Parts: sequence; C-alpha cells; structure tokens
Amino acid sequence: MAQFQKPGWLENGLVRWVDHRLPIFTFVSHELYEYPTPRNLNYWWNFGSLAGIILVIMIVTGITLAMHYTPHTAMAFDSVERIMRDVNYGWLIRYIHMNGASMFFIIVYIHMFRGLYFGSYKAPREILWMLGVVILLLMMATAFMGYVLPWGQMSFWGATVITNLFSAIPLVGDYIVTLLWGGFAVDNPTLARFFSLHYLMPFVIVGVVVMHIWALHVHGSNNPIGIDTKGEQDVIPFHPYYTVKDMFGLGVFLVFFSLFIFFAPDYLGHPDNYIEANPLSTPAHIVPEWYFLPFYAILRAVPANFIGEWSTAWMGFILIEAKLAGVLAMFGSIAVLFVLPWLDRSPVRSSRFRPMYKWFFWIFLIDCLVLGYVGAKPAEGVYIAIGRIATIWYFAHFLVIIPLLAKFEKTKDLPKSISEPVLGGGGGSASAAASKPMEKA
Amino acid sequence: MNKIRTALVAGVFAATASLGFSSANAAGDAVHPPEHHWSFSGLFGTYDRAALRRGFEVYKGVCAGCHGLRLVAYRNLMDIGFTEDEVKAIAAEVDVPAEPNEDGEIEDRPGIPADKFKSPFANENAARAGNNGALPPDLSLIIKARHNGANYLNALLTGYKDAPVDKKVPDGMYYNTYFPGQLIAMAPPLSDEGVDYADKTKATVKQQAEDVVTFLTWAAQPELEERKRTGIKVILFLLLLTGLLYVVKRRIWADVH
Ligand code: HEC
Ligand code: HEM
Repeated sequence: MAQFQKPGWLENGLVRWVDHRLPIFTFVSHELYEYPTPRNLNYWWNFGSLAGIILVIMIVTGITLAMHYTPHTAMAFDSVERIMRDVNYGWLIRYIHMNGASMFFIIVYIHMFRGLYFGSYKAPREILWMLGVVILLLMMATAFMGYVLPWGQMSFWGATVITNLFSAIPLVGDYIVTLLWGGFAVDNPTLARFFSLHYLMPFVIVGVVVMHIWALHVHGSNNPIGIDTKGEQDVIPFHPYYTVKDMFGLGVFLVFFSLFIFFAPDYLGHPDNYIEANPLSTPAHIVPEWYFLPFYAILRAVPANFIGEWSTAWMGFILIEAKLAGVLAMFGSIAVLFVLPWLDRSPVRSSRFRPMYKWFFWIFLIDCLVLGYVGAKPAEGVYIAIGRIATIWYFAHFLVIIPLLAKFEKTKDLPKSISEPVLGGGGGSASAAASKPMEKA
Repeated sequence: MNKIRTALVAGVFAATASLGFSSANAAGDAVHPPEHHWSFSGLFGTYDRAALRRGFEVYKGVCAGCHGLRLVAYRNLMDIGFTEDEVKAIAAEVDVPAEPNEDGEIEDRPGIPADKFKSPFANENAARAGNNGALPPDLSLIIKARHNGANYLNALLTGYKDAPVDKKVPDGMYYNTYFPGQLIAMAPPLSDEGVDYADKTKATVKQQAEDVVTFLTWAAQPELEERKRTGIKVILFLLLLTGLLYVVKRRIWADVH
C-alpha cells in the first residue's frame, strides 16, 4: 500500500552514529515518514500546522522587535515609532507582528470550530482538546499584554479595564490587582512586567504545543467522517502527502496575511492606539482587539443587579457582585470548553452523521459572531438585550443542547471505514483508489 | 456543493467580522467625511511629490504655529525630494538647545538636519495657555490616529460652517460638523491665498487642505511607498509559489485520489 518506509537517509553513517546515541532521526522518521494519517483529511485540517507556523513567525518578529523596544512609559510609544521609521525594515517587522496576532486568532478560531464540527474533542482526544484550550488562554494573555506594550491610548485603557476585573474576585482580588500593576495604577512597573511576561509566555505556549502534538500523535488525527482508521487502506504517511498539502495551504495563507501587512496594516487596529497613553484622558469607547470581542460581550452581558438579587434570594448569604458575575461568565465561557468532552456523550463524532447537531453547530457559530458584533458596540439600547440573549444561547448550547442531543438525536449510519465511505454499495472513487496498489511515481 | 457552502460561510464570517471592526471604531456623532481620491491610495498609490512639497509649505506656514511634528526629522524631507542644502536651511531656521558648553551652560544652536521638527510650544501647559485652554495635538501621527484619517482631516479643514441658529457656539469655539461634538477650539486655519506656493499653484483652501493632508499622511506613514512596492512583489512571488505548490500537491496526491 502507501509507503510507510523509513527514509533512505537513516542509513547514512553519521546519521546512524548520532541516532545510536540520541535517536532524534528515528524520531523524525517515526513522526513524519511512518506516521499514519487518515487519507481523507480536508483543508480544515490545515489550520493546526498554520497555527504552529504563525507561532514561530510571532516569536521571530517579537524577538527582533524586543531588540529595539524600550519598556518604559516615557519611551515605549516613541521606541515603537522609531522601529517604524528608523529601524531597517522595522515597519515590516512590526506590521507582521501586529497583524500576526490577529492571524493567529483567526487560525486558532477556525481550528477550534473545525474541532467542534467534526467532534475532534471526543475520546480518545480529550486531553488533546484541553491542551488546545490551555493554548487559547495563554494566547489571550500574551496578546493582551503585547497590546499594552506600544503604550497607546487603547493599550493603557484596555489594560486598566481588564486588570480591574480581577478586583472582583472575593478576598484576594485587590491583592491580585496590586500585584498585576506593581503599584496602585497601571504605570511603569505594569509595563515592565507585562513586557517580561509577554516575552516569556510564547515559550510556554511552545511547551504546551509540544504536548498538544504529542497527544495528537498517540491516536493520530480525527477525520471528516469521524470514524477510526481501520487499517493501511485508510491511511497515508504524513510525509510527503500532508507536508505538501500544508505547504500549499501556507502559501494561500501568506497571500492573505500579506494583503494586511502591505496594504491594510492598520485595518484591524484601533486608531486611538496611535495616540500616546494619557491617564488623564479616557477614550470615548474603550474596545478590545477584535479577537476578544465575543468574550467582552459576555463580560458585559450580566445585568447590573440581576445576579446580585438572584443570588441573595437563592443563596441567602453569598452575595455575588454583578462585576464578579460578569467575570465568572467570561471565564466560564472558556471553562465550559474544558468539560465539553464530557458534556457531549454522543458516540458519533462528525456532524456529517449528526443531522441535528449540525444545525446547532451553525447556530452556535452565528451566535459567536453576534457576540463579537455586540462586543464592539457600546453597552446600550438594543445591544444589551442582544448581548444577553446571545450569551444565554452560548451557555445553553454547551450545557443544555449538547447533552440533550447526545440523548435524543437520531444519528445517521456510519460508514464501515474511511476507504469505503458508502455503506453497503461499493464504488466511490476513494474505494477504487484504495484497491489499486499505491505506488508513487 | 460542499465547497461552495464552505466558501459562503467563510465569506459571511469575514463580512460580519469586518462589520464588527468598523463599528468598533465608529466615533461619536460626527458627519461621515466625503471620500476623496488620493494619490497615495490604492494598491499602487504613491505620494504626489509636488503636493508633498506644497503641503510642507502649508504645514510650515500655517499649522506649525500651533502644532508640532515631533516624530519627523528635518533630514526626512530629503526622502520626498528636498535637496540637502534646502533641508539644512530649513533646519537652521529654528534654534534648539545645544550640549552644555565648557562652562556648563546650555546655549542655543541652529537646528541641523538630524534634529526632529521643533514643536511650537515647550510643553502642554504652554500649548494650552496659547490656545484658550485647548491642546493642539502633535500632527506626526494624526492621519493614523483618526478613523479614515486623510478624508477626515480634509473634511475638517474645509468643513467650517455657520452654526445653525439653535446651536450655541461659545467664545473661542467654532462650528464644524466633521468634528465629534461639532464644536472645535481651532479657528479655521486655512484661508484663500493664506500661503504663497513656490510653484505658483493657486492657493485655494481646497488646494491647501489636499496638500497638507498629503504631507501629513507622509509624515504618519513615510514607509507607504516602499511598503506597497514591496507588497506587490511579495504577493506576486507568493502567488507563483503557491501555484507551483498546488501543482506539486496534485502530483504527489495523484495516486491517492
Ligand atoms: C491657532 C492655532 C492653530 C493653528 C494655526 C492650527 N490649529 Fe489645528 N488645532 C488647534 C487647536 C487649539 C486644536 C484643538 C481643538 C479641540 O480640541 O477642540 C486643534 C486641533 C487640530 C486637529 C485635531 C482634530 C481632532 O480630530 O481632534 C487637527 C487634525 C488639526 N488641528 C490640524 C491642523 C492643521 C492641518 C493645521 C494647518 C492647516 C492647523 N491645525 C492649524 C489650533 C490650531
Ligand atoms: C504568542 C505569540 C505572540 C502574540 C500573540 C503577540 C502579540 C502581540 C501584540 C498584539 C502586540 C501589540 C502590537 C501593536 O499594537 O503594535 C505585541 C507587541 C509586541 N510584542 Fe508580541 N506577541 C507574541 C510573541 C512575542 C514574542 C515571542 C516577543 C519577543 C520578545 C514579542 C515581543 C513584542 C514586542 C517587543 C512588542 C511591542 C512592539 C509593538 O507594539 O509592535 N512578542 N505582541
């Protein structure tokens, strides 16, 4: 069948000498040349490798920026402008880094929705999925702190709003905020520690990504029909099939990315961040970067009094402030992803065989877009109501709809195997190809 | 069929997302500025050199009285066609503090091309004191620091009007529908023949506004021409590479499909 052969270079004398002492070449051969991958992965499976590549791009451009950047409130803004104007290709490096953060989130969000659609979070990939959620959290922290570094108006005021949220935590809240600030307001010590952490966190992400891929390689990729691979006829070696497919995907992505870098570098940003931070002048609307908007909407969706009254009425002695409730809802929106593998007990992974889940998946996607839209709007008028409904739907999707679907949905019959996707009937191009011996030219 | 739907979904996603961004940035209650066609807009945009030069004359002759341009150095003017001698002469018109002399005193020296543009006021308080309490912002980044910056500034500079009767305009304020809140503390800065252009172009308010907007766009984005030029090359290269990768991919996958 397909060649799951060790590559020729493993026979090279030097390679063998090293490999005998440190089996790094065996490792590469095993994870790339012999690693079996479902033959039917579609282009939604490109986004994982893209995320890895953009992570490397962020680290390389970030380290280069750090060589010219000054983490001091009096100099940060000007040092970024010096990068833009006087450092050779500084504008290019900064625009790659700035837009790279947005690309990273676009890629990771698509990657996650892919997982939701095809049920990739289900057994035996729960830990793989949870490590992904950890990566998302780390990315959010990294991007938030990175956005503070250029010390523009949105940097400063965004940092003020978000760090203040932690004060809602009972007992230790104020202490945590003081610790984050390094003082009693967002100021120079805040900037310095955010810079330090912004440099550190991407490497923590690399560590978690390694575990993520390690977990992936234990059982291999899920696939669009969501059934386990049944044998050699269902799989192909990762290299060269998926390496070349990923390279092609990378090319398409880089064209998209380049359109932003070279022709609309500030499109995804906020103009206020080209005004130096001024603690005495609050911007008309403080809005986070686009990738935080859905979470921002959930944060603001909790009514000022509702939870307070509700909780006093029901729990009597525990009084949850509205602010805390908002913060809990926001973190809850991610926490619920952690437990998703146990909320969804349906044995069928792929939406292709889940006629009802499929619809709810699309409704959920739209719900997230609505939340993002509301997050960009001032919290007033009709947006408050829309934000609340969308927030309730967000949680209902995971906590009510998904568990119920697992119980009551009538799923379609699953194919016998990947190489024979049409139940009963033969034919189909894939099965034809499977029966033909695979010899690569 | 499936592919088409996927593409559709992606399109809707992108459109909704971009809607979100633009509304995220929507400012105040100001009138939407009209679109103007700029030499520097579009994929192949470049700065109109003559407009840049005239725009500099407007900045220097009018705006520099109140607004700084602190991120731009005099030497940068050489990038837009000023000769070294011209730049030296322009820089020398200002006095800046020198290094301490042998006695430790700080004297003034004439500016040199490496100096940044000298701001008109020593600090924010001085600027406010000279402007009825309002602060004229530094203009180095103003085009990037406002939504739709070039069109906005062009509209602002040419958009002063008599206030409607029911609108009270306090002393020292002026009515301008493009400014958020409609009341701006900057008197209409431009007037017909307010500058004498060296190239003898007729200095209407409209002409001056367009020129100074072009100049300030350059001040905010001096890399724009190089950026777009590089972008065209990078994208052409990537399209070619991606096309080739597609062919290679098809070849390698031929035995699987
Ligand atoms: C007499 C002093 C003076 C002159 C000359 C002047 N301005 Fe201003 N400008 C101001 C003041 C004061 C403000 C602050 C207005 C406010 O905040 O209400 C201002 C504000 C501005 C703003 C900011 C508007 C906003 O959106 O916040 C821009 C842009 C601007 N001026 C451009 C120019 C340009 C271009 C010129 C030259 C053609 C110019 N100004 C000449 C005093 C001046
Ligand atoms: C997970 C990967 C990363 C993400 C998501 C990220 C995100 C960001 C963001 C959103 C900004 C603000 C950009 C702007 O508005 O200008 C930023 C700035 C910055 N980042 Fe990162 N970053 C990452 C990795 C790194 C690394 C590894 C470094 C190395 C030290 C780094 C160094 C910097 C510096 C110096 C700035 C300030 C300069 C500037 O604003 O352009 N980043 N980052």
